[in-house]
Amino acid sequence: MAGNEKEVLMKADHVKVYFKGKNKKSGTVKAVDDVSFEILKGETFGVVGESGCGKSTLGRTLIRLLDATEGSIYFHGQDISSLKGNDLKEMRKKAQIIFQDPSACLNPRRNLKQILMEPFEIHNLKGKVDVEARIHELLTLVGLDDYHLSRYPHELSGGQKQRVGIARALALEPEIIICDEAVSALDVSVQAQVLNLLQELKEKLGLTYFFISHNLNVVYQVSDRVGVMYLGNMVEIASYDKLYEKRYHPYTEALLSAIPQVDQNAQGERIRLEGEVPNPSNPPSGCRFHTRCPKACDRCMAERPVLKEIAEGHFVACHLYDRED
Amino acid sequence: MHGLKKLLKSNYLFTLGVIICLAWILAAILAPVIAPYDPIVQDLGVRLNPPSGDHWFGTDNFGRDIFSRVIYGGRYSLLAGVVTVILSGIIGTFYGAIAGYVGGMVDNVMMRFSEMILSFPSLVLAMIINAVLGSDLFNTLFALVIVSWPTYARLMRSVVLSVKENEYVTASIALGASRMRVLMKEIIPNSINSVLIMATTDIGNKILMFSTLSFLGLGSAPPTPEWGMMVSDGADYFNKFWIAGFPGLAIFTMAVGANFIGDGLRDLLDPKLRKEF
Repeated sequence: MAGNEKEVLMKADHVKVYFKGKNKKSGTVKAVDDVSFEILKGETFGVVGESGCGKSTLGRTLIRLLDATEGSIYFHGQDISSLKGNDLKEMRKKAQIIFQDPSACLNPRRNLKQILMEPFEIHNLKGKVDVEARIHELLTLVGLDDYHLSRYPHELSGGQKQRVGIARALALEPEIIICDEAVSALDVSVQAQVLNLLQELKEKLGLTYFFISHNLNVVYQVSDRVGVMYLGNMVEIASYDKLYEKRYHPYTEALLSAIPQVDQNAQGERIRLEGEVPNPSNPPSGCRFHTRCPKACDRCMAERPVLKEIAEGHFVACHLYDRED
Repeated sequence: MHGLKKLLKSNYLFTLGVIICLAWILAAILAPVIAPYDPIVQDLGVRLNPPSGDHWFGTDNFGRDIFSRVIYGGRYSLLAGVVTVILSGIIGTFYGAIAGYVGGMVDNVMMRFSEMILSFPSLVLAMIINAVLGSDLFNTLFALVIVSWPTYARLMRSVVLSVKENEYVTASIALGASRMRVLMKEIIPNSINSVLIMATTDIGNKILMFSTLSFLGLGSAPPTPEWGMMVSDGADYFNKFWIAGFPGLAIFTMAVGANFIGDGLRDLLDPKLRKEF
């Protein structure tokens, strides 16, 4: 990684997540297929891609909500892919998740106090930490008041529920938070509030985010570095600025050309991709993108490109830039 | 407890249900005090008398006082209805929840086992169990529980299968919750509704099933007063409405009361409905 001044917090090493079908016909869905990357401490690593490209699966695998079929995940240099029992429970303290649907992520049978109490109960912290004070602190952090504590989830608005979800994720003082489409279900004004809140919290608490979204503008706004996924593969990783200046992978180019601009003149030519995303249980050979790529050549069909650093801090998996010299 | 008080105050049907059920239970417990006559002793001089000042609910074909018999009968019928439903409900809830939550091979084995029991006609199976173990009250209740828990288990499992996919379950796992905790705190409270509703409607069913067993000579034997038996006895005296009518009314009120309680409990457990009353 360019300018190695920052510590690597999480590292995915050739991670594959396959889902076996119920019968032989349905085959194996390769949701995440051989993905390697690093998340630096204190950064926001954004992931974009179409629906079904494996973003959420990857996010959940990173914090062991799903098990990787192959490959390893390192957290603070420690391989967490085989942790069990108490070690796993300790790891869970440090890696949390915020969900997409704020109304589905809170137990409708419990009020906010019970919901926020849960992390402390699970980790037996009730005697060790002043839980009441901590809950008050959490509520203040996310902009809620103490009188909300007796409320049930259905009595709150979507934005408030999402704040509760964030408070719960923060309860155990995690180092990394997976934001799985954290603002997609909110309307635009609330999205902005929650994004600002996340940004604030990151600065205050020194958090690291793995930010999953299909909304390119949102990812652009919050991310330090952006990873672009297509059909289970990471096709391009670069810092926000670099990607804005120059994108190498044809898929990234097409994807980013789809962002609407306020200024009509600034809107470049829209690159339209032909066809559908191929079936992930039967992906194309070679480069996954060759069936829709405007610049595909014979080599793309036969050989799978690997992620290579072609400019400083700019990784691309594409044969177009793969000069062997 | 606080919620229960509030519920009693604001939900009249629930309160009515509690009063009805408590009244029957008290009547059954205090039967020797309340009942004016011995429920078994025959007095052929007054057979088939209609309701009157001496015999409030009339007398049956042996001249026994129906009011006394209904009061005493509650002892058996309530036991059959309430105890079997509670026991099979609890067994079914946990069995189904575990099968649905764990899934895979465990689910397969557990559900096939419960289906094995369901595949017998429940009455026949209850009779077989009773015949093998010997026919007394306890064994009859046991047989009723054996034949009725799989229905609860199936219902519970089907609900759990959808509930466990909710993100709040994932959130709990992400926080490090054990499987046991997820099951007890997240899954069961959110799946229990339909089991509760089924249980309350099932109480009437179980009283009748117990009666059927009694009628077939299992469970309680003929001189013993028992609501279902009394109804079937009364069916022979078609034009004497009180013989079958009053014990029938007892079963009806008990079933309705249990239903009211069930609805109230559902509202109590569901915060979304709690606000409305």
